[in-house]
Amino acid sequence: MFQFINTILIGITAGAIYSLMAISIVLVWRSTRVINFAQAGMALLSTYIGYEAMVHFNSFWIALPVAMIGGAAVSAFIELVFMRLLVKRSSTGPIAAVAPIIATLGLLGLIKGVISTVWGGADVRLVGPVTNVGYSIGDKTLAFSPLKLLTLVTVVVLMLLLTVLFQRSSIGLSLRASAYSPEIARLSGVKVDFIRTLGWSLAGTSGAVAGMFQTINGNGAFSPESIEFSLLLITGFIAAVIGGLESLVGAVVGGLVLGLVISFVLMYVSGSLFFIAPFVILLIVLIIKPQGIVGTKVARRA
Amino acid sequence: MSTNTAALRVEGVTVSFGGLRALNDVYFEIGRHEVVGLIGPNGAGKTTLFNALCGLVQPDHGTFFLDGKESAFPRTDNLVDLGIARTLQGVGLFGDLTVLENVMIGAQHLAQTGLISAALARNGKDENRIRERSRIALERVYAGGLAERRADTLSYPDTKRVAIARALVSEPSILMLDEPAGGLGTQDIEWMNLLIRNLSAQMSVLLVEHHMDVVMSVCSKLYVLNFGEVISSGSAETVRRDPAVIAAYLGTGA
Repeated sequence: MFQFINTILIGITAGAIYSLMAISIVLVWRSTRVINFAQAGMALLSTYIGYEAMVHFNSFWIALPVAMIGGAAVSAFIELVFMRLLVKRSSTGPIAAVAPIIATLGLLGLIKGVISTVWGGADVRLVGPVTNVGYSIGDKTLAFSPLKLLTLVTVVVLMLLLTVLFQRSSIGLSLRASAYSPEIARLSGVKVDFIRTLGWSLAGTSGAVAGMFQTINGNGAFSPESIEFSLLLITGFIAAVIGGLESLVGAVVGGLVLGLVISFVLMYVSGSLFFIAPFVILLIVLIIKPQGIVGTKVARRA
Repeated sequence: MSTNTAALRVEGVTVSFGGLRALNDVYFEIGRHEVVGLIGPNGAGKTTLFNALCGLVQPDHGTFFLDGKESAFPRTDNLVDLGIARTLQGVGLFGDLTVLENVMIGAQHLAQTGLISAALARNGKDENRIRERSRIALERVYAGGLAERRADTLSYPDTKRVAIARALVSEPSILMLDEPAGGLGTQDIEWMNLLIRNLSAQMSVLLVEHHMDVVMSVCSKLYVLNFGEVISSGSAETVRRDPAVIAAYLGTGA
């Protein structure tokens, strides 16, 4: 029973981070119809920016917002300088649909190259503000620590903010309308180009939080080649697909489902499946339910 | 013809798609509070002209005058700021938003709040103003009761009402209607006629329409397009008797 509860706690915390990554993938997809393979690279770069702030100010509470702002800025820059040009240049012909997606792969390499040049290839370390030692009940230790609690609270707060932004503000209304049909939105006076850049920077922010918390929930060390960040892309993508790729709520549900499934597989099947389970789940989801497990099943976009 | 005070005037509009000339040296003008119809057989270039006015198609040549001032042809997302609103033939509502939200989108440019306060969702004042105006716009097209419905659950005539409400909420000085009566039954057409006549008290209306009885009853001036050129213009009576118009319509079997 105790192991069962621990498995759930581990799954939820991991799933919350996957959700953030899924949200950034969904935000980019909704605003520009691009699957951004560079998302993990951008999260990594944001985490390095957060690390830099940590070195200077020695405070996670400064490093986190700096990483978020850095993530937003990097993301907005990429949308403005690369994606806008790419989408415009590839608007006709058979390559139109794939060019921007392939380009994000190139972008991923470029970002890693930039990171290696600036920070070198060796591991750097980021330490969380609170301990990751689990709370104990009697003589047993829960797989839930102050750090995990902080992770959950941060993720929930960020999601609430995003939900309020999307559902209650006019900017959010423009974001939703532009996602549904950029042409009609434009005709109705929405500045769709600005809205796209905004969608990307929100994605960058969300990815930055995912990167920071992924790192401090692990052993804190990361490098340009960190496997954790490659896994973050895969898990984020799976969560987004499970969620139907269109909705933020779907991304959150997808992240939690994925976190729990992986946690149970690792605990009850085999811990050595860590690098295999996510990929198997991705393939299963794509084969059985390519339209997503939650959210609307109707493909509404032409 | 020489009035500099026309609400909107274009001259020499030429549009080609590849080698095909879709519009050739087209002109028209629309005065304040005037209802002007663009008619012509299928493929005459009516929609292309509408698209050129909305920045959806780039004209090769042509001059554009708004309130007598020459300017470049508008960019699509700038249209509403210039006081021009357009409905689409295919209606074009945002299916996964509510009716009220659909209309509110048309009033986004009224929000003066910057990004930061919007991100913090603190633009409640703007928000309420836009919401209120959107409700009024819906009432105007007798669709107030639909406000909370999802747009993709509406009947076709209702989507047309909502599309017009979305155009109206931006308080345009020029309203462009793309086949407002298309696909409507007799009763709804009558209602649309009445609405268009009422609207002309506040704005100029430019419409493309196939229903001749609608055109004849609401338009004070018509331009007839055929093969991308203006072949006739004037009052409904004048145009109706114009041999060139009769030939164009008979020639295409209409």
